[in-house]
Amino acid sequence: MVNPQMVMYEEEFVQIQTIVDRLVKEANAKVVFIVDKNGQLIAASGDVEEIDTTSLASLTAGNIAATGGIAKLLKENEFATQFHEGENQNIHIQLVGNRVILVVIFDAKSSLGLVRLRVRKATDELNNVFEALVNKTQDPASDSPFAEITDDDIDSLFND
Amino acid sequence: MTFINYMAREINCKIVYYGPGLCGKTTNLQHIYERTNPDAKGKMISLATETERTLFFDFLPLSLGEIRGFKTRFHLYTVPGQVFYDASRKLILKGVDGVIFVADSQFERLEANLESMDNLRENLAEQGYNLDEIPFVIQYNKRDLPNVVDVDELRQELNPRGVPDFEANARDGVGVFETLKAVSKSVLTELKKSGAGT
Repeated sequence: MVNPQMVMYEEEFVQIQTIVDRLVKEANAKVVFIVDKNGQLIAASGDVEEIDTTSLASLTAGNIAATGGIAKLLKENEFATQFHEGENQNIHIQLVGNRVILVVIFDAKSSLGLVRLRVRKATDELNNVFEALVNKTQDPASDSPFAEITDDDIDSLFND
Repeated sequence: MTFINYMAREINCKIVYYGPGLCGKTTNLQHIYERTNPDAKGKMISLATETERTLFFDFLPLSLGEIRGFKTRFHLYTVPGQVFYDASRKLILKGVDGVIFVADSQFERLEANLESMDNLRENLAEQGYNLDEIPFVIQYNKRDLPNVVDVDELRQELNPRGVPDFEANARDGVGVFETLKAVSKSVLTELKKSGAGT
């Protein structure tokens, strides 16, 4: 199949959420979130009510895609880490296994050094989880709930 | 790449509006944004130049409703149409589930349409997609203008494969939702097929 799906199951989601929740605390961060490279939000933790995570996810993925394009031009594999410094808030962006993006937003209560340290540990853990997830998705035994949807199901979505 | 989240009971799909510069891709998104119930849409983001030409992309998240207990969410993107932004166009096609080609019906843009269609095919191929296999619809936009090419001729030039196509005047919203519905349906049908393990 040309277009492999990304699938998130409860087991892996809980593992990812645990890592993200812990990273918020250990890095003294405001918000931590994980986005796939196509801009879909996977998990978020911290003061997420205050921000538009959907928009942030899409822009972060765009940012990573553009940086990846620059890397290619310079014959670099990837620029795996990005850091943007603002007046009050900073944002640390880390590519995890060239698959997903780990974003940490923090203010003066934390520091770049602490964030980098904690992100490194979380990246390794996340890598393992996503590795397992990919293997699970590729397993032919894992069936999709969409095999059973009917044309009527699809049509009914569009009957306004 | 469809993203199926069992935890949140959500399916997320990515739709890209493609076409030559000034054909009306952003106008399509703006109309959808204006006419959609606030509960069903997120913020529309436009990364544009000072003269309001798309620089990188426009983005609009939409919820279409539930299918078998799963919320269906569509992320709509436009590409920058101007020829020299090709590197950016390639990036936006990554992970695409369905494409809408917006053609500019005016005589003087016929060549630009053809060039953009070739460019779409090439850029998709670079990502490992075949334009003849992915969910794809065509919109003939700006039908309200006086200097337009006949739809039959446009169809012959741009749609030899006979994918669903629609006449539109995106500025007034004519044909905008019809086009979006057609591609969304095609994406979900594709999802159904792949779910069946074929």
